[in-house]
Amino acid sequence: MSTQLSTPTDRQSAEALARSKGEPQWLVDLRGEAAELAGTLEWPKPEKIRIDRWNLTAVGNYEQGQAAASVGELPSVVTELVAEGTESLIVQQNSSIAWKQLSADLTAKGVIFTDLETACKEHADLVQPYLFKAIDKGDNKLTALHAALWNGGVFVYVPRNVEVELPLQAILFNNKSEAAFAPHILIVAESNSKVTYVDYVVSEPGTTTEPFVHHSVVEVFVKSGAHVRFGSIHHMADNGVDLTLRRSIIENDGRMEWVIGDLNDGNTLSDTTSHLKGNGSNSDAKVITIGQNDQKMSLTTQAVHFGRSSESDMVTRAVMKDSATAIINGITKIEKGATKANGVQTEKVLMLSPKARGDANPILLIDEDDVKAGHAASVGQVNPEQVYYLMSRGITKQDAERLIIYGFLAPVVSEIPIDAVREQLQRLLERKLEG
Amino acid sequence: MATQFVIDGLKAAIEGKEILKGINLEIKGGEIHAIMGPNGTGKSTLASALMGHPKYEVTEGTAVLNGEDLLEMGVDERARAGLFLAMQYPSEIPGVTNSDFLRSAINARREEGNEISLIKFIRQMEGKMKELEMNPEFAHRYLNEGFSGGEKKRNEILQMTLLDPKIVVLDEIDSGLDIDALKIVSNGVNAMRSEDRGFLIITHYQRLLNYITPDFVHVMMQGRIVKSGGPELAQRLENEGYDWVKEELGIVDETVGQA
Repeated sequence: MSTQLSTPTDRQSAEALARSKGEPQWLVDLRGEAAELAGTLEWPKPEKIRIDRWNLTAVGNYEQGQAAASVGELPSVVTELVAEGTESLIVQQNSSIAWKQLSADLTAKGVIFTDLETACKEHADLVQPYLFKAIDKGDNKLTALHAALWNGGVFVYVPRNVEVELPLQAILFNNKSEAAFAPHILIVAESNSKVTYVDYVVSEPGTTTEPFVHHSVVEVFVKSGAHVRFGSIHHMADNGVDLTLRRSIIENDGRMEWVIGDLNDGNTLSDTTSHLKGNGSNSDAKVITIGQNDQKMSLTTQAVHFGRSSESDMVTRAVMKDSATAIINGITKIEKGATKANGVQTEKVLMLSPKARGDANPILLIDEDDVKAGHAASVGQVNPEQVYYLMSRGITKQDAERLIIYGFLAPVVSEIPIDAVREQLQRLLERKLEG
Repeated sequence: MATQFVIDGLKAAIEGKEILKGINLEIKGGEIHAIMGPNGTGKSTLASALMGHPKYEVTEGTAVLNGEDLLEMGVDERARAGLFLAMQYPSEIPGVTNSDFLRSAINARREEGNEISLIKFIRQMEGKMKELEMNPEFAHRYLNEGFSGGEKKRNEILQMTLLDPKIVVLDEIDSGLDIDALKIVSNGVNAMRSEDRGFLIITHYQRLLNYITPDFVHVMMQGRIVKSGGPELAQRLENEGYDWVKEELGIVDETVGQA
């Protein structure tokens, strides 16, 4: 027996749910096929961590929630992330969308920013060619299960040559363990367009008392010459499991930037992969995490180079406390024909507890000769010379260590493009580091 | 109270090996003392032991600043009591901007709730940076990361001017400085001379002392101060080297603790 775990759906129930939501036939079919696949496929098997020992079946049941009458009506976990005057915002509560708005200016330019369920009905011509094309629903049990059961979600479409100046913001939160919480994010940036998207995926504090699973897939299509910045902070409760796969496909001269804060209190599988398909395409990924208590995490960044002169840079920083475990994989893969490609990666782990575990695994897979690739990985403690230096200026030992730890995480924090989200992230880091 | 700093019988060891073999030195506010000597004679150990570097163990003696023995205090307390050490090799701290660091250091000296206002701090910092001919961009760079040797030294002087210490120890502040940078750093130090501040300048070259005139010059060998004098002593060392001192005192090997 490969797995003892039951699959929490089947073709019939997935199709029935899709029909009850009035989804188009192509989507009903997709969900049905996926549900059937889910029954036969196995869970992903990341390096050195047994996710099949986690409670992966608590995916919950779909619950149609109420849309809010105004943003102010939403819980403070949402409102404190939204700056005054925000015009482009989507909020998902558990299984469904609670709020969405897009500025009139962007609507006029042809930008689409709506929940993915609605987009499947209203913009099938723009969604269908991309949905589950960056990632195959048949990859494993997780992708199949997600394809069968995803809900709410976000769809971003930016037409050719359109530059979206202000970040598009999404807040995806759950406050009921039994409710399915499985957003799918799909971003399509047409040629020479530019967009920044930032989301915050969070459990409302004190509301989720039972185990739950958040499964999510992000697909980003960066067309030639386009530029997508994707920022995401995950902070779900310790009784939750977060399974998130992110994929982008980058065409000629396109640029993808990932800024990820994997800051859940519970077990986390996070995989962020860029496919550098086009010549001159470019990807940059920055990931931070803080491991605490006995949580377990598998964090992967990956760049797959197909295009000539494609470039990738990946940075992961982890601060490990208590008896937490993080397995950090950096995978740079350069395919035959990707001449002059350049892939670099750095994984750094700061250990704050002797009982914590942090493994940094840089992996280079190179099938082309004419390339550059580099990696650096380190696992260490707070440097006593640095502490001495700061203390010699009158700073207490505690503050000195805090400055050094924040400094260690700064490369990601400083990259978050929405002030309210960055400030919230700062508070979150403080809570996690002091707690 | 006028600043008074008295080092009495200071002995210190690193990894069990004694390097300082009883240092006695008194520095009053307004005075500049220079400690000179060849490499390996214990000069930098003196600086590190006074500041409290974790690798150095003080085995005997006291270092009393205005009635308080610094050697009884933690590193941060020594700094807040008024000791400042401009280091020979300042640490690089990635992710911590120079200005965040400086503000934390200033606020560490103030009561909680009485922190320096951001505007006032920026004005002070920018003013001092201008005096030291530092590119304003350095305020936002990560602390010492990617700084050249000269830039690090200037940054040490910037910290000194903002933290207003009572006793300043400059450990080889002149190493890695070209002549222009040396003048700027010297001007920064000279501008800080005052009746309630004393200086201890550690160097093995006379050239810094052309720009900062010391009141007293001490020669260190074998972990002790073996000779003291006025500025003319530095001049003679520059002209004649250290051999005459060794001869006069019957010292064959001036170094200490070398395996």
